[in-house]
Amino acid sequence: MSATEKPTRDGFGEGLLELGKTHPAVVALSGDLEDSARAVWFKKQYPQRFFSVGIAEEDMIGTAAGLAIGGKIPFACSFSQFITAKGLEQLRMAVCYQNLNVKVAGSHGGLSVGADGATAEALEELTHMRCLPHMTVIVPCDAMEAKKATIASADYPGPVFLRLGRNPVPLLTKESDPFRIGQAVVLRQGEDVSLIACGILVAHALQAAEQLAKEGIHARVINVHTIKPLDTATLIAAAKETAALVTVEEHTVLGGLGGAVAEAVVQNHPVPMRFVGVQDRFGTSGDPKDLLRAFHLMPEDILQAAKEVLRAKQEHLVR
Amino acid sequence: MRQTIKPDVKELTRMASQLRQTILKMIAKAGSGHPGGSLSMTDLIVALYGYKLRHDPKRPDWPERDLFFLSKGHGCPALYAILAHYGYFPEEELATLRRYPTKLQGHPERWSVPGVEIAAGSLGQGLSMANGVALADRLDNRQRRIFCLMGDGEIQEGQVWEAAMTSSHHRLDAVCAIIDANQLQQNGPVREIQNIEPLADKWRAFGWHTLEIDGHDMAQIVQAYNEAEKIKGKPQAIVARTIKGKGVSFMELNPAWHGVAPKPDELEKALQELSRG
Repeated sequence: MSATEKPTRDGFGEGLLELGKTHPAVVALSGDLEDSARAVWFKKQYPQRFFSVGIAEEDMIGTAAGLAIGGKIPFACSFSQFITAKGLEQLRMAVCYQNLNVKVAGSHGGLSVGADGATAEALEELTHMRCLPHMTVIVPCDAMEAKKATIASADYPGPVFLRLGRNPVPLLTKESDPFRIGQAVVLRQGEDVSLIACGILVAHALQAAEQLAKEGIHARVINVHTIKPLDTATLIAAAKETAALVTVEEHTVLGGLGGAVAEAVVQNHPVPMRFVGVQDRFGTSGDPKDLLRAFHLMPEDILQAAKEVLRAKQEHLVR
Repeated sequence: MRQTIKPDVKELTRMASQLRQTILKMIAKAGSGHPGGSLSMTDLIVALYGYKLRHDPKRPDWPERDLFFLSKGHGCPALYAILAHYGYFPEEELATLRRYPTKLQGHPERWSVPGVEIAAGSLGQGLSMANGVALADRLDNRQRRIFCLMGDGEIQEGQVWEAAMTSSHHRLDAVCAIIDANQLQQNGPVREIQNIEPLADKWRAFGWHTLEIDGHDMAQIVQAYNEAEKIKGKPQAIVARTIKGKGVSFMELNPAWHGVAPKPDELEKALQELSRG
């Protein structure tokens, strides 16, 4: 790991540790995956405020709901797949229907678990979380943003889901960069096409934009760290000003970031779109870097999608 | 130390009979609901609100109050009826059960009316929430009891047993589970749908101090509540043997009365039986 690379789960662990100091009401719980989710740093520092509930995600979410009823700000964490899918009914009734102050951190999101294979690879959870009323959905792009998102979520009332990755990714943001839940960040200006990304693929979108620039195409890159509530103003402006959109996510193209953006844009200013993401399939075992290639989530895939959408934009304009 | 005052068993029994009549009137008016499971839990909830639970209807959010979590949400007519009886909200609202727009949802919505502490209806979730409150209270040195009422069909849900392990692992002695073992579930006898016996042994094996009582004998119920509260270092389970549809001859132990409302003549007959006592 180079000095400029860090997993987003580490940012979560650091943020949680800091919250331990600043927010006495913050507690954490896990189902035997606190080491993976980096909540173990909090556990070591604040053993009284950490609760182990065994490998039982349904009970973990229910217990977190109870802790919130009791006035705490619980952070429940596990693998993203297990906490969101096994705990879905509990997240729906106990957390979201009751609108409780529960924070859910899913580590090993996307393909990042790699060699462990499809059963642990979370590729649908953004869709699941996004459709729950009251739920806020955040996908940090780097460890710094993950830390800020973790800290911000403690003061953001109601349920929040944080999607984290396992592997080191480049640090794209600085400590001094502002972070506000629900406010997308334009990382690069451009008027030809918008690359709208979340999570670890924001880095790939920036690389694709770099490449496009060499070919004289000016791509806007937008980091949509909050998928819900969605920053529709920034996205509609992108649709109006660039008239061609590519969404980029390490997640199924069904109902995640791409779906959210499409829903917003099509009602306000429909323009040609392309969706870079996992094409309605399960994951598989392999080195995560190879998997990103195999699942067509690389900068060159984004580049190709951008060119496609630009062609569609031309046809659209001609018509 | 909590005071143990002498319960007025006769008065509680009279209250239960009255509450059963209110419940059936509500469900009949709504045109749908779950009479069987509401009638089986009536004595258990009357003994709680009328005797054991530390609560104040004038201050429903009193931080030191004991908590009652109804996990078997379909029994909510009984909860609504007793809350209205104690003045948590006007009794006239009972007539709005299940009819849009109403605060009295078919299954409870948290704080839709004062005193409804949790949402329920997706079975098996109350005990986990009770544990969470107990863990929070322990950190805050808050001394209150958390009662969680479940059905015997409900505890087929795996989450209940995950939670049962959590309660005992963390020695949550503030938590008291009450199992309304009324013998029936929607499609028939529990022992035929999926047997859960031996119930008391199961809870003991999961590390709970377990009591087994007749859930319609008011003296036994209050005694169990009193005994449970003295237990330190362990959660307590009260297996209350009850009769689904208790108090109405044609509803008792008849699975047909799980989820249908009585028609006017049936209501009339039921109310007559209940008022005779």
